Amino acid sequence: MTRTGIRGLLAATPAAVAILAAVSAGAAEREVKIDNFTFTPERVTVRAGTTVTWINEDDIPHTIASSAKIFKSKALDTDDKYAFTFTTPGVYQYFCSLHPHMTGTIVVEAVTGSSVAQ
Amino acid sequence: MSEFDRAEAARGVNRRKVLECMTWAGTGVLWTIAGGVPRSVGIMDQALAAEPSGLTFLQISDSHVGFDKAANPNVIGTLEEAVGKIKALPVKPAFMIHTGDITHLSKPAEFDDADRIISQARLDVHYVPGEHDILDEGVTLYRERYGRGAKGAGWYSFDANGVHFIGLVNVVNLKAGGQGVLGDEQLAWLADDLKDRSASTPIVVFAHIPLWVVYPSWGWGTEDSGRALDLLKRFGSVTVLNGHIHQVMQKVEGNVTFHTASSTAFPQPAPGAAPSPGPMKVADDKLRTLLGITDVTFKPGQERLAIIDQPLKG
Repeated sequence: MTRTGIRGLLAATPAAVAILAAVSAGAAEREVKIDNFTFTPERVTVRAGTTVTWINEDDIPHTIASSAKIFKSKALDTDDKYAFTFTTPGVYQYFCSLHPHMTGTIVVEAVTGSSVAQ
Repeated sequence: MSEFDRAEAARGVNRRKVLECMTWAGTGVLWTIAGGVPRSVGIMDQALAAEPSGLTFLQISDSHVGFDKAANPNVIGTLEEAVGKIKALPVKPAFMIHTGDITHLSKPAEFDDADRIISQARLDVHYVPGEHDILDEGVTLYRERYGRGAKGAGWYSFDANGVHFIGLVNVVNLKAGGQGVLGDEQLAWLADDLKDRSASTPIVVFAHIPLWVVYPSWGWGTEDSGRALDLLKRFGSVTVLNGHIHQVMQKVEGNVTFHTASSTAFPQPAPGAAPSPGPMKVADDKLRTLLGITDVTFKPGQERLAIIDQPLKG
């Protein structure tokens, strides 16, 4: 749904206010830091629609690679960032394809608030 | 502690012994064989004074051209110093091997700089890739420059002075939570490469990530290296040369000698000695004692190859 589309809905019906609130909360952003060859936090729970941004604060390049090959960043040099928006609820395991002992998990919950089995 | 005890300590794999080993590694030790036990017989200068005969080749590793952080803002300079050391060796090596991480970020300019400096040694160079050499989109740069004629992701073998050399790739298709990987295709190729060779052929295997388990929680090992070592079991002399961990370590297991070389760029901590294996910042005057090159000599009739680690300084 485009931003214009949301505004249109909002103008049309009061019920849309609740929808907009949910979408806004879901569109939040979360940050995962990479430092000392570790993703911090290692496990993050977000609502569908959230954009997760990884920031590499190590002196060595790292990547963010989904174990199920759903997303993969290029090599991130120091201070480089990678962002991915999670639209579908589920549990997303990922790792650094250069240093595969580095692993992390993003848990994406449905916007309605129903939690996903962990 | 006697040199003999130190050699004994180097054979163990527990952390205390590894750390003990680390306190003396890098000072330049000549390894030879006495009664089946590797034994260090002298420091670098004495070793160089005894000019070796037979095949001598040189290993460098982890030059990380493009790295510019605090642990060493001048990796070009230290690579040039390493090449200077190679040119000054009393016995000119027959060729050089580079065990990967030529560049830091696989950029064309980094490969260009590395080539420009390493070629000044005026030696043939046999490369294997490190994980830092395959970061470009499409992973073409390493293959185009160094992997022509190689199989798969860049593995190959060649012969020199009756020694069979095998370059392996263990930095591609890594799996979450795992370590280095050779993979089924490469292992099948290795089995085929070895099958018609006599057990008396000395074998030298080189790859980026250690082919022995150094420290799994930092990914310092290769998951399926046991399958490669099984194929090498019947050979009387096997030497495995690796990089990746930016420090000298040696282990002997049966007929197999494992050795990791120093980086020419920056040191990394001993296993478990820091929160992570990242670049280790040391005092400026100590840096060059932790970087270096490795000189390897094969003498016909001797099972073990003499491996000499030469720091850039000290």
